[in-house]
Amino acid sequence: MTAVYRSQDAAVAAPLVEARDLKQHYTLKGGLFGEDRTLKAVDGVSFTLGRGETLAVVGESGCGKSTLARMLTLIEAPTSGDLLFEGRPAQDAMRDDPKATRGFVQMIFQNPYGSLNPRQNVASILAEPLVINTRMSGDERRRRVREMLAKVGLRPEHDVRYPHMFSGGQRQRIAVARALMLEPRVVIADEPVSALDISVQAQVINLLLDLQDEFGLAYVFISHDLSVVRHLARRLMVMYLGRVVEEGEGGVVFEDPAHPYTRALMAATPAVDPSARKERATVRGELPSPLNPPPGCPFHRRCRYARPDCKDRVPELRTVRGRKVACHYAENLEGEGAGTLRVAATA
Amino acid sequence: MGAERAAVQEVQIETEVAKAPPSPARELWHHFSENKGAVAGLAVVVLLVLLAVFAPLIAPYAPSAQFREVILNPPGWQAGGSWAFPLGTDAVGRDILSRLIYGARYSLMIGGIVITLSLSVGVILGLVAAFARGWVEVMVMRVMDVILAVPSLLMALVIVAILGPGLVNAMIAVAITYIPHFTRLTRASAMSELTKDYVTASKIAGAGRVRLMVKTVLPNCMPPLIVQATLSFSTAVLDAAALGFLGMGAQPPTPEWGTMLAEAREFILRAWWVVTLPGLAILVTVLAINLMGDGLRDALDPRLKRS
Repeated sequence: MTAVYRSQDAAVAAPLVEARDLKQHYTLKGGLFGEDRTLKAVDGVSFTLGRGETLAVVGESGCGKSTLARMLTLIEAPTSGDLLFEGRPAQDAMRDDPKATRGFVQMIFQNPYGSLNPRQNVASILAEPLVINTRMSGDERRRRVREMLAKVGLRPEHDVRYPHMFSGGQRQRIAVARALMLEPRVVIADEPVSALDISVQAQVINLLLDLQDEFGLAYVFISHDLSVVRHLARRLMVMYLGRVVEEGEGGVVFEDPAHPYTRALMAATPAVDPSARKERATVRGELPSPLNPPPGCPFHRRCRYARPDCKDRVPELRTVRGRKVACHYAENLEGEGAGTLRVAATA
Repeated sequence: MGAERAAVQEVQIETEVAKAPPSPARELWHHFSENKGAVAGLAVVVLLVLLAVFAPLIAPYAPSAQFREVILNPPGWQAGGSWAFPLGTDAVGRDILSRLIYGARYSLMIGGIVITLSLSVGVILGLVAAFARGWVEVMVMRVMDVILAVPSLLMALVIVAILGPGLVNAMIAVAITYIPHFTRLTRASAMSELTKDYVTASKIAGAGRVRLMVKTVLPNCMPPLIVQATLSFSTAVLDAAALGFLGMGAQPPTPEWGTMLAEAREFILRAWWVVTLPGLAILVTVLAINLMGDGLRDALDPRLKRS
């Protein structure tokens, strides 16, 4: 395949995508008498993504996953921090050569019922990226659309149909096809299967894995469903209130979660096998408002292991047992409940 | 051999199925035709269009031909009437049927031009307001509010008073009073469409503002606009007739229905047909278009679809 995006030779050694301390703060106007308030949707996220890798971003709703996706696809510029595509600042790349940069990163959305224009047929939905970013002839575009439909497991002659004539799973295949039309290197998938039935979820995930092999894609796979993530992610990043609380190899983190929040998330995943069911390490309370985050460790109010000084010191990401974790007491969480969790994770 | 042929047949059948998705227009007609009133309205509108187009062939006389010897002749079925003038004659001896047939031309033209003008200006303003936000949006919408705050006929009268009486100025005046409806509708539906993922997907694909407005968002805002346009068509006919009646619209001897009413005012007590018939023509036209518009709304509104 021919990638539309070409990097300078000097930058080849750089990772495909590198994020350094990305922040997205929204200012909410306080009205006539109130003060302006800052909503820290994403507050200092760093990661690297190599060729063909999958990075899973996990967290409950409101933790900043989707904002991260919007920054990675360059719909929103980050408030601060650097986003590098092959070592080159992404905003600069977008300004200098928007067409090539769009061909570098594309996105799959959560809801296939909202992400396809109901008034366009499949052919024009899929051709739109080509019309805007390439100089292909109409025949060439039509050929590419049909090829891509076949690749995602749909019938090429269905390109004259409208989105409402397809089922949810088929629509998501169309959305995947659209994301791949420009032959991107990186695909941001924002909860791509959470709106689908379980059986269809598996099909779409397998499709994503096949396409990854075929095109050498790197995925940023945003999800709240750990059972899906376990299936396809080599690396895992857990977010809480706009911050990364744990990041590492998928195997390491699943086997032995070091952050109390990660443990709670794992425990909340339902298990089909009754012997694998475990004592629930439930999280108390609600996700705090990002407008008014708790002082110190953002998780301390809901953490079953919280100690008095957790509300005073903000934990930094540090390496513990082969992964990065933001918890003051990640080494010695052992004690009540930890043993059962360990057993459950290996089961 | 036989199995092979069966397989070929199967492929043929499948491609046939694949190539025949129910087209949106056909689906629309299916829902529209369930509403009998709407179909009747459509039939009357089609009849009016035919009358207007073929007026010179259908009308027995020219609209301004005067027959001095048969002034205020009653309709054919009344005592003293003659079938040479089926709907009677007016105060200067013109055939009312011919004038009504020619009048359909004016009414349809007025409706069409007014709707085209106000729809295009209103849609552009609404899209700009929805996309620009900020002070542009505030300005556009407040101006629209001011126009809406003045009763539409009064507003139209003021505009005609400034521009001078006449059919063209009357149409411009009526069009201006209708712009706010279209602007508001367009802005509201564009803003709700803008939050949807397919718009974000187009942005990621690199669609510029104009492309987003015209190709991505506008087609999804069309159903309410089509309905509003149809219903405004009838009020435009009505308003133009009212302006004509007040002497501010089409000027005599134009056979415009409102102007005909105005000319016949003094004969209300003596010759009922001179006043009643143009009034009836307006009534039937407006009623038919409204029925059609209602049917169209039901057919286009997905919440009312039963399939």
